[in-house]
Amino acid sequence: MSDMSPEPGLDPNRRRPDGPTVALFVTCVVDQIAPDVGVAAVRLLEAAGCRVEFPTAQTCCGQPAANAGEPEAAGRLARHMIDVFAPYDAVVAPSGSCAAMVHHSYDRLISGPDRVRAEELSAKTFELCQYLVDELGCTDVGARLDATVTFHDACHGLRNLGIGDAPRRLLTAAGVTLVDLADSETCCGFGGTFSLEYGDLAAALADDKLAHASATGAEFLASGDSACVAHLEGRRRRTGSGPEPIHVAELLARGLPAPVSPTP
Amino acid sequence: MSHGIVTPGATFAERSRAALADPELQGALTNLHRRLDTARAVAETSPELKDRASSIRREVLADLDGWLDRLAASLERVGAVVHRASTPEEARSVVVALARERGVSTVVKSKSMATEEIDLADALERADIETIETDLGEYIVQVADERPSHMITPAIHKTLDTIAEVLTTRADGPLPTDREALAAWTHDHLRPAFLRAEMGISGVNFAAADTGTITIVTNEGNGRLCTSWPRTHVAVMPVEKVIPRLVDLATLLPLLTRSATGQAMSNYLSMITGPRRDDEMDGPDELHVVFLDNNRRALVGTAYEDMLACIRCGACLNVCPVYRRVSGHAYGAVYSGPMGKVLTPLLSQGAEGRELPHASSLCGACTEACPVEIPLADLLVRLRADLREPGVLRPAPIATGGSSSPESTGHRLPGEGFATRAAAAPLVPQGAHRKVGLSFAHLSFAHLSFAHLAFATWSRVWASPGGYRATSALGRLTKGRWARRLPGLTGWTRTRDLPLPAARSFRERWAERTNDPETRSW
Repeated sequence: MSDMSPEPGLDPNRRRPDGPTVALFVTCVVDQIAPDVGVAAVRLLEAAGCRVEFPTAQTCCGQPAANAGEPEAAGRLARHMIDVFAPYDAVVAPSGSCAAMVHHSYDRLISGPDRVRAEELSAKTFELCQYLVDELGCTDVGARLDATVTFHDACHGLRNLGIGDAPRRLLTAAGVTLVDLADSETCCGFGGTFSLEYGDLAAALADDKLAHASATGAEFLASGDSACVAHLEGRRRRTGSGPEPIHVAELLARGLPAPVSPTP
Repeated sequence: MSHGIVTPGATFAERSRAALADPELQGALTNLHRRLDTARAVAETSPELKDRASSIRREVLADLDGWLDRLAASLERVGAVVHRASTPEEARSVVVALARERGVSTVVKSKSMATEEIDLADALERADIETIETDLGEYIVQVADERPSHMITPAIHKTLDTIAEVLTTRADGPLPTDREALAAWTHDHLRPAFLRAEMGISGVNFAAADTGTITIVTNEGNGRLCTSWPRTHVAVMPVEKVIPRLVDLATLLPLLTRSATGQAMSNYLSMITGPRRDDEMDGPDELHVVFLDNNRRALVGTAYEDMLACIRCGACLNVCPVYRRVSGHAYGAVYSGPMGKVLTPLLSQGAEGRELPHASSLCGACTEACPVEIPLADLLVRLRADLREPGVLRPAPIATGGSSSPESTGHRLPGEGFATRAAAAPLVPQGAHRKVGLSFAHLSFAHLSFAHLAFATWSRVWASPGGYRATSALGRLTKGRWARRLPGLTGWTRTRDLPLPAARSFRERWAERTNDPETRSW
């Protein structure tokens, strides 16, 4: 796919006629807190030749409840997710954590006849970067960026989805200077309810992450989960230290060519 | 627990805050990280060893009582005496009685988490039996009247300066802040204790059922002295330490030492098969092995069974971002770190450490590091659910035979190596649906926490698109601002600004894009 992208950038309005149709699972965090990330995800998927659909009945994968030890509530939302996304061949989320929730936990949250449907959803749910690089084989989405970036491997995408170098390959293909982050695989301290119940500890871990990021001299601290990015940014707004945390999709989409208005 | 838990505070939240604010501890953390990173780097190199070790540990759990019987028979065959203790009280009584019957006045101990678990040193001291820890780190912790903060490196929370101060309280004059000198002083200081002790107490790293051989690894040689010089050797063995065959040590020992300290093998390895025989020069006259259950056998067949595969290597502590920031005392329990968060509530059946499973960001580094593939993060989540109801925690046995197997998942991820009970077991506790339903029907909220009701209500609202849209209209008020303070969410806003819902949600922007040709191109 990457060798099909014309240099220096791909016209985002150009669609491959045979591109796959994907359902965007935008996640509740992106929908409500970071909608720009959702817009970026759509732009990147379209730049890679996908036709994006957004099932408007979608809500939340249920992870907050599952991790709080409320599997009944989580199961209720999981069943809704399964219904909403059943008609699609591929479901793509701009979040390693929410995609990992579907992958790693749904088969234990859902028992009975729905379990097969849960496993079907798991099999076709992908994190955005993983989908672009590993599924579509598209490393170069046509984004071009002149920036120094360091990357934090958010935990659930890393460990429960096995996201490897996909985000880094996308960034490198976009021309960014990627600098290694010390302890890039160590948690940033978000952890859902953990960051409310143990706020001081969560902030201490964010400080470690921001300090390591500062040491790289990068302008951006990119990562694949908006909740982690918001937690880091929330801490950075207090301490004033560290590069700007940003979702990798949002950063990449900034490097896409400006959209061309449709001909009137 | 009569030993002082040195970090003040009644909850993990309070103790972890105190730990973060403790300059002595934070000063020691650099050293701690260096030490732990060494262990971590080496531990990551042996996937095949992990596979073999995990299989051996599951083989034990498939028939724990059977292996214990075979071990007991082998131990008795080689002349050891086996005692079975269901509770810490029973285990303490057995050991104190053994000491009293023999008129023991001094006991030397090698490092053992099992004896910490049953508070054995205190029980012996209360019986007026002098009890001396002989592992250097453990001795420092004993002199300081603390608990070990790490199961492999008990005094790793202390700086060299503090260690010198602590040991000076037992010396004739001030001791230098020099590693070698302090170790040498302790060596000389403890030597007479070894010589006068009538009883040596150790733990057990592994016990082979086929030969009745108990194995102890140490780096200081104190374990060997404790188990060979005094006339009586008592080994306290948590029941899951049994392994089927002596030859399994070839797999498990290197895995343990690599995972624990990054060593290919520990400096000392003691393999003890019975007491001294008539034709042997060294060894105790008597060997007693105390099998300690303490609610472990009840975990077999439950979703928590995997926890019994633990070999106490400390790898999960070494990688845990929370442990690395607050050290072991913040956990307020004998076992700390991720394994401690799981084990403490399980062994105490919910009497201790109920909040510990929540004190995790669920990053999964522990699951990834575990050399015997215990899905620690998943067990933490499961405990959060199972500890909602107050009272005694008694996990129910569950059926095996889930559909997931390592082959079917394609690429293997941490925690997915085995079709374990934890992997197969549904997360919704048995009967929970019925209970919740009844509670709502009868408005009997006595057993339901606020959090439970909040999540139940929230999930009902958000399981409907209309309900979700209604709550997401909040963005029109909050307009994507960052809150510096928000009542009810001060846990967050005390340390961080909180992002509030954006003025226009993604779905609103999508709808605009769909309806308005002008915005079709994003």
